[in-house]
Amino acid sequence: MTVALPPARSRTTRRSGRGWIGLGFTAPFLAVFALVFLAPIAYSIYLSLFQDRLIGGTTFVGIDNYRQALGDPQFWEGLGRVGLFLLVQVPIMLGIALLVALALDSGRLYGRDFFRITVFLPYAVPAVVATLMWGFMYGTRFGLVADLDHTFGITLPDPLSPHLILAGIGNIVTWEFIGYNMLIFYSALRVIPHSLYEAAAIDGAGQWRIVGAIKLPAIRGALVIATIFSIIGSFQLFNEPSILRPLVPDSVSTSYTPNLYTYSLAFSGQQEDYAATVAIIMGLVTMVVAYAFQLRGMRKEA
Amino acid sequence: MTTTTPAPARPDKSGRPTRTARLRTPSPRPRRRAHSVDRPRRSKALTALSGLVVLYTLVPLAWLVVSATKTQADLLGSPGLWFSGHFALWDNISQTLSYDHHVFLRWLLNTLLYVVLGAGGATLLAVLAGYGLAKFDFRGKKAVFAVVIGAVAVPATALAVPTFLMFSKMGLTNTPWAVIIPSLVSPFGLYLMWVFAAEAVPTELLEAARVDGSGEVRTFFRIALPLLAPGIVTVLLFTVVATWNNYFLPLIMIKDPNWYPLTLGLNAWNDQAATAGGQPVFNLVITGSLLTIVPLVAAFLLLQRFWQSGLAAGSVKE
Repeated sequence: MTVALPPARSRTTRRSGRGWIGLGFTAPFLAVFALVFLAPIAYSIYLSLFQDRLIGGTTFVGIDNYRQALGDPQFWEGLGRVGLFLLVQVPIMLGIALLVALALDSGRLYGRDFFRITVFLPYAVPAVVATLMWGFMYGTRFGLVADLDHTFGITLPDPLSPHLILAGIGNIVTWEFIGYNMLIFYSALRVIPHSLYEAAAIDGAGQWRIVGAIKLPAIRGALVIATIFSIIGSFQLFNEPSILRPLVPDSVSTSYTPNLYTYSLAFSGQQEDYAATVAIIMGLVTMVVAYAFQLRGMRKEA
Repeated sequence: MTTTTPAPARPDKSGRPTRTARLRTPSPRPRRRAHSVDRPRRSKALTALSGLVVLYTLVPLAWLVVSATKTQADLLGSPGLWFSGHFALWDNISQTLSYDHHVFLRWLLNTLLYVVLGAGGATLLAVLAGYGLAKFDFRGKKAVFAVVIGAVAVPATALAVPTFLMFSKMGLTNTPWAVIIPSLVSPFGLYLMWVFAAEAVPTELLEAARVDGSGEVRTFFRIALPLLAPGIVTVLLFTVVATWNNYFLPLIMIKDPNWYPLTLGLNAWNDQAATAGGQPVFNLVITGSLLTIVPLVAAFLLLQRFWQSGLAAGSVKE
């Protein structure tokens, strides 16, 4: 491309001259980004170093808030819960999404376009509506669970009871995001050159062999990205439990997930400093886990 | 100028036409006689298995549609997945729209305001920045990339509390700006536009325009923008979904029900029904939910060609 440049102007001046223009295009985004991303992060780090005390007002306390959070059983309980959620729900959701994407890509389905768009539809449904819908259906009053009990004369376990509510939430999240992840995988599968499949078929490879030896390695990038998004989503779990809470206050506590805890601390408990601290720790945990996973995923690729 | 320049083919490593391109032709797909790797034999078993996932997807939506046709009494007294004798959908809709001095319409207008300014602004910023990053070299470009990608991993809720405190000092909470301004940044949108601009806008074309004496702004609007259209539709659709469905941000920022978006309003109705002594309006919650999702579902169905090709391009380079 440099060959095509007119020789009259040297490359360096053009680059620096146009650099300003590139920066000009990027600047509006960066300005808002600084306001709504960088400034709040800096501000919450600042907040986390202070404590609002009854006597003495706001005082600098160093890492006291962090020490308190790391010894806070409510925080650990919430973190353990989202950790469990991550280990169970994410593999199920991504597994189903991957299977559907592979089925679509195999070209062996009747009505492929119908399948693709239908499975994706829940993505367009707000978390509020999805949670309300499932919450109603879980209900033993006029939900589907009640219908099934009634029709078959059985008593299904109540998905809203304290020991099953996490599974109930997992089901809602799975329903919401199978289609989204399926689409990420499917888009990646589509761009694999078909000549590879033909070559493999000539070598006598079956469908499953092609999946294992060609398709999965080829979409590793998409798998890593979808997993990272899901890790972030799990650690951030908030909407579904917070919307279900008024329905089942006994099953979902105010510190059910770390984010719900942060929210309760800041807006019901007026403990903004401590809330900021918990939020920062969760942000760090999320980044470390996501980064570790990315390193692992990418190392295998190399 | 743009009309005489052939648009670049959608990125595709192998050079074969992508499936979207094939789907785009209105005529029915030609039937191949022989089954090949490209067109294998259809499998009923596989279709049935995938059908289970479709069923799982559709059951709640079917339940919602069916329930929206029922009165409050029938909701409690008839099976969830079948219609009751009395078809009350139109009645439910008019009740939903008029309940509490037409507050639902107010919430709808608020949502539209947040979507138009928030998602529209986010798309505009992402397109400009994506183009700037993809087609120009400047100092600090790598740093921008690292920071923006790192930002994706920062939990939105970690930002929410400090953002709320900052905005409350600026006097912005409880105003539409508190919802719109944070919506303006979409790191995912920027990433998608960056990848898309790098592929879809040939640098030679920009060079040619510059040689012809076209200014940078004019070059952007006359040459780059039309080529970026599929990517723009994709980013717009995803930012629209994000703002239309946003719950957490307005929950924190907005206390005045007059500024609620639909999501908060529906949740408030549901809470009202769960509160002791509150008027139960489950039929309005359900009908309101249906009315809330219809526009987005329609948009996704009508625009699927665009967003699917845009997404395909985004996935190429990840």
